[in-house]
Amino acid sequence: MSRTLLTGNGAAAWGARLAGVDYIPAFPITPQTEIIETIAKWIDTDEMNARMVTLESEHSMITAAGAAAATGVRVFTATSSQGLLYGMEMLYSVAGWRAPFVLVNVSRGLSSPLTLEPDHNDILAARDSGCLQIHCSTCQEVFDSMLIAYRLAEDERVRLPVIVNLDGFYLSFTREPVEVPDQKAVRDYVGSYDPETTLFRASAPSSQGVAVLGGGPYSYFRYELHLAARNALRVYDQVAEEFGRHFGREHAAVEAYRVDDADIAFVMMGSFATKARAAVDRLRDAGLRVGLVRPRLLRPFPEAHIKRLLKGKRGVAVIDQNLSMGLGGVLHSEVASALYGQDGAPAMLLSFVAGLGGRDIADEEFFEMVAVTQRAIEKGEAPPPRLLYTQAELREVRKLQAIAHVEYEELNRASSANEGDRQ
Amino acid sequence: MFRIRFHGRGGQGMKAASRILGNAFFIEDYEVQDAPRYGAERRGAPIFAYVRAGREPINERGIIRHPDLVIVADDSLVPVPGAGVMSGVDARTVILINSEESPQVWKQRLNFEGHVFTLPVETADRAELRFIGATCVGAAARLLGVIKRESLAEAIRQELADLGSDMVEINLSKALAAFDSMQAEEGRVTPAVTESAADYRPPDWIDLEFEDARASAPAIHAGATSVEVRTGLWRTLRPVIDHDRCNRCWWVCSTFCPDGAITVDSEGRPQIDYDHCKGCMICVAQCPPHAISAVSEQDAQAEEAEVAST
Repeated sequence: MSRTLLTGNGAAAWGARLAGVDYIPAFPITPQTEIIETIAKWIDTDEMNARMVTLESEHSMITAAGAAAATGVRVFTATSSQGLLYGMEMLYSVAGWRAPFVLVNVSRGLSSPLTLEPDHNDILAARDSGCLQIHCSTCQEVFDSMLIAYRLAEDERVRLPVIVNLDGFYLSFTREPVEVPDQKAVRDYVGSYDPETTLFRASAPSSQGVAVLGGGPYSYFRYELHLAARNALRVYDQVAEEFGRHFGREHAAVEAYRVDDADIAFVMMGSFATKARAAVDRLRDAGLRVGLVRPRLLRPFPEAHIKRLLKGKRGVAVIDQNLSMGLGGVLHSEVASALYGQDGAPAMLLSFVAGLGGRDIADEEFFEMVAVTQRAIEKGEAPPPRLLYTQAELREVRKLQAIAHVEYEELNRASSANEGDRQ
Repeated sequence: MFRIRFHGRGGQGMKAASRILGNAFFIEDYEVQDAPRYGAERRGAPIFAYVRAGREPINERGIIRHPDLVIVADDSLVPVPGAGVMSGVDARTVILINSEESPQVWKQRLNFEGHVFTLPVETADRAELRFIGATCVGAAARLLGVIKRESLAEAIRQELADLGSDMVEINLSKALAAFDSMQAEEGRVTPAVTESAADYRPPDWIDLEFEDARASAPAIHAGATSVEVRTGLWRTLRPVIDHDRCNRCWWVCSTFCPDGAITVDSEGRPQIDYDHCKGCMICVAQCPPHAISAVSEQDAQAEEAEVAST
């Protein structure tokens, strides 16, 4: 076992390599491309024995992933943001085939306006697809989650695609120390894939995802998909526990950091949650009892863990790095639904939206969120949801608007002058 | 924890430099986090990279707001607002800058009280800039005071092995020379004390108000606004046309220019728009009579300044 500096993308590629994947349908997109570049290089130098095929779009790529998985081979693929959305039709379809594979999504904010830096609206658009979701906060976790994801996806009680999510830039291009175990240790944990009934073969026609009408059969198949996803809660706990025994690292469905005696807890997902961890340490140094609850699993939603961890807390600040237009933060409403009517549920559940398009969250903003939560507890009244946004940021936008406005005026002057010419 | 920020242009090796420093810290048993940050993903465009290194696992992430050490590979970036070279710099920050100007000149220019060091490179020779990353990282390693000479060498071998032994050797000699030159300043960089959660300045959060779509849609109601962005600032080499040698073919250079920065006038003479030429040198390679030459941008600007003053 060696400890080495790897980017999140590199860690994902190592996970695919050591899990022994057979087939990788690929299509490039920033900030994910380094994953398929790395794997392509290994295949080229015979360090990895797998077949990579570049497709003409993510729509075809996800179709190929599902189709290959249906032949009983182990499949890996990766995409990001616009690419995930372009393949969205097939993402929902292949989940219904019950053909397991692992897809890495490197989170990046969605257009419009176009951006490259991360938030979670891309991966949340796949929330209801039937694919399971694991959200990572460090490069080590990316590697480890790849192995856990294959165990989860291929388990006979589940048989669903799993998406491993890592944030663009803050994980994808960031190097951190990563323990990479040797091939044998990984094989002992991941095992080989037994496809059982999913054995699509040449010259032996079968149909995946057939048409059904009338609602009855459709409801049956869709609800079975839901039950498979619900099974994944139990299966996840088992395969994560087994992972801990093999490799000595714990990856609970929900990470709890200094939560037990906390009065106030942050709830957040993804790589910025490590910043919340750092803030928790500093707040503890200042004598405040604060902790962090971080869901790694988003689908299936681990509400039992959330309920248990947040029970008896005085206040909870949910930090969403996403925005559902017309609602607000997605995680906030999911946590609220888990806690509603529960004995010992926190009275104050505050909503913050932050980190859209990779916008940084400063230390003092974590401190201030705790101060706002404390005031809400004292007053007995939760403030409205808040977007973390400063005066200085708005000033920058005003500058851009001023430039755009001058150009708009010039264009109007030019077009009215043209009108004059014609008359 | 040390917090270090590298600034340079795409192609000057700042990503490699940050990774070498990361490797060196890792060899010294530090916990490490390093990352490049690209905007335009183009040669010559401003990029930055950062390294964090400490004895405990690192939970901080993303941009470094208050660096202990800022390394500037290309001094022409300092006045470029988008490059953010001076962002979050305070009196205890150490600045290491590749410049012909003296540290005193930079202190005055930047109105900066702290330590400024300049790099011992012959900036007149632009070919040296191929190795500026190695020079930067060598000097930085000594300023940090916790990286041994042999650890720096090992870090370079790890990072550059794929480039072949010749490149490794050149980079090693540059980096180690810079390391040695900073002997008197060893350990000049000290990690900042982290801000306390008991006593912090609250953020000036505001409530965003609704604004109608005429203002709040991300649209620019005008064409060709990209001309307002002077991408010529990214250029490190300048193509210069010798009009006596130009055979007025009227199309090769202008057609190959990927940025449409070459126009041909009514007499068939090509003209380069230096506000938008990024200095890719494709025209230099394509011109049939070799009438376009590559000139160091710094030299060209110095010459222009001289002409303007006379």
